[in-house]
Amino acid sequence: MASNESFRNLFFEEAEDLLASLSDDLVRLNAGTSDNEIVHSIFRAVHSIKGSAGAFALDELVGFAHRYETVLDEVRSDRLELTPDLFRVVQRSADHLAVLVEAARTEQCTDRVVTDAALAALDACLGSNAADTAASSTEESDAPEQAPILDAPLFDFPALSLDIGDLMSASPQSYDICFRPHPALYENSHEPAFLISHLAELGTLEAEVDLSALPHWSAPEIVQPALSWNLRLATEAGREAIEEVFEFVDGLCDLTIDAKDDDMPEQNTQDGAASMSMADTTTALLDAAPPLLQADIDMTEAAAASKMPDAPRPTLRVDLDRIERLFNAVGELIINQSMIAQRVDDLQLTHDADMTVHVESYRLLARDIQEAVMAIRAQPVKPLFQRMSRIVREAADGTDKQAQLVMIGEGTEVDKTVIERLADPLTHMIRNSVDHGLETPEMRSANGKDPVGTIWLSAAHRSGSVVITIRDDGAGLDRDKVLGVAVKKGLVPADADLSETEIDNLIFLPGFSTASATSLLSGRGVGLDVVRTAVQSLGGRVNIVSRPGKGTEFTIALPLTLAVLDGMLISVGNISMLVPISAVLETIRPMAGEVQPVGPNEQLLSIRGRFVPVIDLAANLGIARAIDADAPMLLLLVETEARGTCALLVDRVHDQRQVVIKGLESNYGHVPGVSAATVLGDGQIALILDPDAIVEQTHGAGQRAVSPT
Amino acid sequence: MSIMVLAIDDSRTIRSMVRQALAAAGFSCELAEDGVEGVRRFEELRPDVVITDINMPHMDGFGVIEAIRKDVANRRIPILVLTTETATEFKTRARDAGATGWIGKPFDDQALVQVIRRVTGAS
Repeated sequence: MASNESFRNLFFEEAEDLLASLSDDLVRLNAGTSDNEIVHSIFRAVHSIKGSAGAFALDELVGFAHRYETVLDEVRSDRLELTPDLFRVVQRSADHLAVLVEAARTEQCTDRVVTDAALAALDACLGSNAADTAASSTEESDAPEQAPILDAPLFDFPALSLDIGDLMSASPQSYDICFRPHPALYENSHEPAFLISHLAELGTLEAEVDLSALPHWSAPEIVQPALSWNLRLATEAGREAIEEVFEFVDGLCDLTIDAKDDDMPEQNTQDGAASMSMADTTTALLDAAPPLLQADIDMTEAAAASKMPDAPRPTLRVDLDRIERLFNAVGELIINQSMIAQRVDDLQLTHDADMTVHVESYRLLARDIQEAVMAIRAQPVKPLFQRMSRIVREAADGTDKQAQLVMIGEGTEVDKTVIERLADPLTHMIRNSVDHGLETPEMRSANGKDPVGTIWLSAAHRSGSVVITIRDDGAGLDRDKVLGVAVKKGLVPADADLSETEIDNLIFLPGFSTASATSLLSGRGVGLDVVRTAVQSLGGRVNIVSRPGKGTEFTIALPLTLAVLDGMLISVGNISMLVPISAVLETIRPMAGEVQPVGPNEQLLSIRGRFVPVIDLAANLGIARAIDADAPMLLLLVETEARGTCALLVDRVHDQRQVVIKGLESNYGHVPGVSAATVLGDGQIALILDPDAIVEQTHGAGQRAVSPT
Repeated sequence: MSIMVLAIDDSRTIRSMVRQALAAAGFSCELAEDGVEGVRRFEELRPDVVITDINMPHMDGFGVIEAIRKDVANRRIPILVLTTETATEFKTRARDAGATGWIGKPFDDQALVQVIRRVTGAS
């Protein structure tokens, strides 16, 4: 049995794909397309999972898939109508199949009760008379079926398939076997010679070829069907072993097997039969059976090839490591390109100089290559979204709510890594929406809403980033309650005067536990702060907009890739650094008096009626400033998740550029305030700042940019 | 010359497992992902043995057997069905379509090799 780890991984990888196509098909089926091909495709996916799962002794999975497949088979052969109820069962079963696959992958125990319930639901679909069939077929699949020839005797171990009865009889048993092949036997490319030599392996064989049916040499078509054999086999292997030799030709020949001790009269060899030894027989057979009709060989090759239906979509599966390598090489290429561009720039050539033109086309080419390579890693968010429909169903079941998921823009492509790392936060938010966002069906009806709540999950590209929104039509946030909780937990002062948006955003604060509304699902002590941290670690941001009575909308903005970054190149002292452009709101040179000192080391910027804390990057990072303290200030307004808008005091702002991100963590560990590094065009290393971490570092707890109004 | 086997299965997992089992036995093994590709590869490679799955997109295993058997020149090429189905009814159907034999899934490497030896007369 194959238990090889790499096969296992391959299986789960494949099962993941199959589950994705399965849920894809379910969506299409749900959309009302009553195309039988979809049901076929679903059947194939389930069947394929079952087939491979068997190799890894995943009995529960195989058993469930088998029953599921039985129901699907009934549907695809029109014996069972796909009613809305049945569709729901089919859908739930797909969910459960995914759960079983996941459990198998992580080698965790599954709740047998749940599987039993899922099986019972499938059985119910099959109806009472079909239930017996299902039950018996389950037994079949519970004991994983063996290859039929498994216990055929191996050459070295002729006694392998002895049963008890055979063991008792010490002496070999003799059998008379009469074997007369039908023409169909040859058409299925069976060779009597192979069968007989296989038989010979079981014991001592005497063979006679019966040529009596052979027509006169002048007859047309002297072919094998005229031959038959009378065989006598002395073996310890038993009748079953003999029958097994002929297993594949059952129905393609006349076969009688008589145990000699049964006192059956010996078969009379017919007139004209020639007695031969085993070796002679085989030779004779091979002579008598030349390849048929050589003339026909080249007849249909071209025809067969041209008649094929549409070829499968051409895709290429490439090891991720190779793409990673390509990625790094392209990163180096981009760095190299910007270095050359800078050198050429230093030469102060005219714009129409040959060199300038070539360098410019080099730049464009390098960008093209970079984009093409990034597109390789880009994948549609669809599979991720599809997983969410299961989460919605589960969450709704767990909370006695009714919910449907509407997906928009699931074809939007995002970097594979981003998709992978988005799965957990998205799951959490979807659960949160069902759990806390949607009301109970009764409450919804009372408020004149559809008892079935809707959650919209959408993805779209927006100026170099991907925006994912999770919107529900639930009750919206209860701001009084949110504020109350935050005050009680000491997250905000009791007298804090917060805008509605600021109150809404309180739910992202660490320690803002939803304990007062604990449910089976999302209230597991994991707050939305975890979601925010996860999104931030991807270089993204998450926001919330809530309208009481109407619903809540979460927006996650993410970079398209984790490999390059649009950044603003700044310097503090003589050190160049990059600030992610996604965090930068604006750069300003404040007028005198707009920045006021507050306390010994703090300053506040007054801008458009707001006060924004100023953070001196030089002081924060321990760098000596290169310019006079009296020189006009240059501030970078950045948006941070934790503290709202803050102003970073820098020495110079150079330009905006795209850089290749080089991780630091593997070499330096986590550096507070710095998310990564990059290589600039002049070969200089520049750190990429993490404004959030810097702000967090500077300000202890509790301080936020607070609107004075 | 080693025996060349063409294995047609839409499951990557099964394909790799078949390939490894056959390679270990010294057979050379070519793969195809569905019936259509299978038949195309068959014409291209003229393998000594074909192993095919039944439930596949584009063209199922019965279709493969039929397409291959249609040409009498292929009559002597054994076609084995690799399947989870064990029902007699199914075996009859496979045999009627022209299958030489069948191997149950999950399969045992030894058994798979054994069956191939059996239908090709290889030792």
